[in-house]
Amino acid sequence: MRNVLKKILCAAFMATAVLSAANLAHAEVKIDITRGRVEPMPIAIPLFPGNTPELQQMGKDISEVIAKDLERSGLFKPIDRKAFLQELTSLDVQPRFADWRTLSAQALVQGSVDQQPSGQIRVAFRLWDVYGGQQLEGKGYGTDPGNWRRVAHMIADLIYTTITGESGYFDTRIVYIAESGPAINKVKRLAIMDQDGASHRYLTDGSALVLTPRFSPIGPEITYLSYFKNVPRVYLFNIDTGRQEVLGDFPGMTYAPRFSPDGNGVTFSAALNGNSDIYTMDLRTRRMTRLTDSPAIDTSPCYSPKGDQMTFASDRGGSQQIYVMNADGSNPQRISFGTGKGRYGTPVWSPRGDLIAFTRYATSDGNFYIGVMKPDGSGERLLAQGFLVEAPTWSPNGRVLMYFAQSPNGGRTRLFSIDLTGYNQREIVTPQDASDPAWSPLSP
Amino acid sequence: MKLRFLTAVVVAAVFLAACSTKKEETVKAAASTPTISAPAPASGPAPDSIEYFNTVVGNVVTFGYDKYDIDAAAQSKLKGQAAWLKQYAARTLTVEGHCDERGTREYNLGLGERRANAVKQFLIAEGVSANRVKTISYGKERPTCVSSDEACYSKNRRGASLVQ
Repeated sequence: MRNVLKKILCAAFMATAVLSAANLAHAEVKIDITRGRVEPMPIAIPLFPGNTPELQQMGKDISEVIAKDLERSGLFKPIDRKAFLQELTSLDVQPRFADWRTLSAQALVQGSVDQQPSGQIRVAFRLWDVYGGQQLEGKGYGTDPGNWRRVAHMIADLIYTTITGESGYFDTRIVYIAESGPAINKVKRLAIMDQDGASHRYLTDGSALVLTPRFSPIGPEITYLSYFKNVPRVYLFNIDTGRQEVLGDFPGMTYAPRFSPDGNGVTFSAALNGNSDIYTMDLRTRRMTRLTDSPAIDTSPCYSPKGDQMTFASDRGGSQQIYVMNADGSNPQRISFGTGKGRYGTPVWSPRGDLIAFTRYATSDGNFYIGVMKPDGSGERLLAQGFLVEAPTWSPNGRVLMYFAQSPNGGRTRLFSIDLTGYNQREIVTPQDASDPAWSPLSP
Repeated sequence: MKLRFLTAVVVAAVFLAACSTKKEETVKAAASTPTISAPAPASGPAPDSIEYFNTVVGNVVTFGYDKYDIDAAAQSKLKGQAAWLKQYAARTLTVEGHCDERGTREYNLGLGERRANAVKQFLIAEGVSANRVKTISYGKERPTCVSSDEACYSKNRRGASLVQ
């Protein structure tokens, strides 16, 4: 163990030299998540104490949500609480760092839950560097008791950010399609949940077939495809008010919607006389602009995070491939080629701008893949494989992809996440079968 | 004491060396062209009934993988549909376009629309007026069978004519 520690010390010194500008006390406890497979960091997360049974229960729940968030990221290994030597009865108790070092904990999360006379709760925490004996981060949150779960995710995000240097993604939600019924006539409902599967609820009743929901980057709104009254159309749906609205008045089917990065527009495909082209609508003026005009199927449009470019799928070259064009529709360039007769679809631009995630159907082996490539088509990497895997969606920090997998012969459909490194594949457990996940931005 | 976990293993990126294979494109056997004027068998459906259209004329045509062209078998069946529609002029039609599951959802919605429209255009060319024929694409959402094999896929790649 000592030798291993010595070996990583010089790397740590180099890293701290680079990070000296950080306003943290000392930023020695670091995980570099750009380096592929990372050994998860042992972290101790004691139950947050409270001075009533209710607050004690809440403190327990909060620390468990934090631990589960961090564990699922694949970057942290919460230490079994049964091994703890010190009980941290309040936020003011000084940790005995030697005790925590005995457990090989590198970081320690100390917290507390109090109730104010107003009924509001105050959740506070400190993140300690166990070996340095330094506080890395600390913060308090005042809120309604009903918001305890969000506070837990926010704390997990701050811990993740402090230690990895990347923004987090735990205080986020997933909208997806819940599936039930026979495979030849599935009932599909819009559903929403926290990224960890909690706070699950259905948004539609299943009377109309619904597909491909996507979050607005700026508000509690979703755009999706509904077969309401047997007419497939793009709709907007306000999660808070439940208000639904059809988007535009187009003679044919509209589908494959996605918000523009400023949230003021929606791009989608519209089919006229059987031919699908890409359009965009300004939600403020309701003006519609046609962006492609080809006899091919042009679909799955997605803006770059800056909004100056767009990626989409088209079979204009003979088979379905991925293209990038300017946001006004000019200069379309094919970026997917592969090494064989692979078909590429569902391109989704990373929130960081550096990569485009896609679904690939490899006609050579009959499998589907989730992969990423750079916007110029180089550096293709395949991350997940299956009989049918489809529809990647990015975590807001661009480090994790979620997608769905369908088993053969009309089998189950389920949601999975996988790190950009290709490691740490996890199932997101849902009450029913699930498809078409869409990750929200970080909650405001 | 300063610590940092850098035990990183370089990711072995999974590159797929996809080799080229031709996908089998099975086409459903051609149904014989129905004779509209022939009297229905005593036990069969009445010639003006939807059941007759569905079972005797045949209301489903199939397509090759990622294809939407109307092949000879489909042409023969659609000519029968057109003849029936011309005889029973009060009837209207919705053509559903469907796909197998070996494609992404959104692309398949576009492909289903193409197939439904190909059927509609064929019927129009055969003399059915355009305002009697509507189209709707279901992509891969409404398969007729669920086994993951070509026999089933070839049934799911279809245009289904629903008479109202």
